[in-house]
Amino acid sequence: MLDVNKIRKDFPILNRKVNGKPLVYFDNAATSQTPQQVIDVIVDYYSNYNANIHRGVHALSQEATDKYEAARHTVQNHFNAKHPYEIILTAGTTESINLVAHGFASILKKGDEVIVSALEHHSNIVPWQMLCEKTGAILKVIPMNQEGELVMDSYTELLSDKTKLVFVNHISNALGTVNPIEKIIEQAHKVGAAVLIDGAQACPHIKPDVQALDVDFYVASAHKICGPTGVGMLYGKEEWLTKLPPYQGGGEMIDQVSFEKTTYAGLPHKFEAGTPNICGGIAFGAALDYMNAIGFDAIEAYEKELLDYGTEKLLEIESLKIYGTSKNKTSVISFNLEGIHPYDIGTLLDKMGIAVRTGHHCAQPIMAFFNIPGTVRASFAFYNTKEEIDTLVAGVKKAKMMLS
Amino acid sequence: MQSIQEIQDEIIDEFSMFEDWEERYQYMIDLGKDLPLIDDQFKTEDNIIKGCQSKVWVHAEMDDNKISFTADSDAIITKGIIAILIRAFSNQHPKDILDANTDFIDAIGLKEHLSPTRANGLVSMIKQIKMYAIAYQTQVK
Repeated sequence: MLDVNKIRKDFPILNRKVNGKPLVYFDNAATSQTPQQVIDVIVDYYSNYNANIHRGVHALSQEATDKYEAARHTVQNHFNAKHPYEIILTAGTTESINLVAHGFASILKKGDEVIVSALEHHSNIVPWQMLCEKTGAILKVIPMNQEGELVMDSYTELLSDKTKLVFVNHISNALGTVNPIEKIIEQAHKVGAAVLIDGAQACPHIKPDVQALDVDFYVASAHKICGPTGVGMLYGKEEWLTKLPPYQGGGEMIDQVSFEKTTYAGLPHKFEAGTPNICGGIAFGAALDYMNAIGFDAIEAYEKELLDYGTEKLLEIESLKIYGTSKNKTSVISFNLEGIHPYDIGTLLDKMGIAVRTGHHCAQPIMAFFNIPGTVRASFAFYNTKEEIDTLVAGVKKAKMMLS
Repeated sequence: MQSIQEIQDEIIDEFSMFEDWEERYQYMIDLGKDLPLIDDQFKTEDNIIKGCQSKVWVHAEMDDNKISFTADSDAIITKGIIAILIRAFSNQHPKDILDANTDFIDAIGLKEHLSPTRANGLVSMIKQIKMYAIAYQTQVK
């Protein structure tokens, strides 16, 4: 059982006030807060062993390199990748996706088909549209139903021997739906297509096992898992990473350089041109250590409690509608009050010290599906409490009163 | 006729009477509700200012060398601020509109709504008001 009061002490930011009120932070799906244990690692890096890695013969460089590579192992273990070099440390989910999209530009041919889902974040739509424009491949979309779930029968119909790639998020950022990625991967592999799973929203809540999933690519960002911004990961099966061309040219990613010919470094360095976010990578490892010490089973169980409590309490408010009502969802509640713009609710909640996200959540196709300008999204993390949910519910009631 | 400065001072005076954010925001919400809606014929794609979060429509006409603005938004707080801006800038000479600033928004505690990152269309709306003033200035008789 998770001791939330003890956990909250790890997060200094949770003590601050916003607009004179104690902060209630419910924008965790946008970015999570950082525990002192991770902040300490960042401070320690710059205070004691800041140096460029992989090249130096001096002690600091060696120390920084060791810690950076140790972080890669932590990420490898967390996602249960077979080899450490199947983990590419990137600037985040978006860069990871673009890296793969860029690589497939030299593989796809005109008339090939790629499939995305209707539940995607713009960052998992636009790079593939660009890829299709470049290669002449055709983009197909798995539709969703009123509950915000993917229609799996339609997915099966979309698959054919023309399908080369499938991109789906593990969990929808706008609605919280957990997608049946095991089935999606299995069916894609039957027609010989590769699958990329965007795990940005999943990793704060569950611990994916890339080998058990048999997924080809899995991507995530550190800043949604208690780590810093500007760092993330790409897992790729060795055979795929070997097949894909380098993403960016520069230092670190080379083996031999002459003006006649350059040969590239092996994995993972082939995809890690230039000086990486060294401190960020090390802190990413520390963040995973922190979350694993709490335990994802405990996190999942506690967040489910928060989700059920929040859903029940919010639905007591008349004219409140929740978008994304799948039974299989994480602790994200996207809602609107009838006849009231989400921006107005978000603005008033902010005045009460409550941080939520309003707008289309970078998922305009989902908003178009429901024919709404956006939603108010409250997303809970394992350090949130039921008392904070009570504050949110009271805040929404007050906003409703002011706006009606 | 009141000058833009006089109107702005008057608005600052009114807001100074509010004791907390709730009174301030309730007032803006009420202003938003009272704002005469833009005539539907002007609520077109051309007149829309897309602000990502909320949308704003602005229409301008000049009569007797003065520009009058009508506007609307899909969010009520945005509408409230629009009502304040229209009160300050409507029925004014183009040159006066161009010379005026929007510092009074800061003085009434609504600065955050005019942040370029707020994505509510208001910053673009002010730009649009000024653009109309530039355009109509060439037609002043």
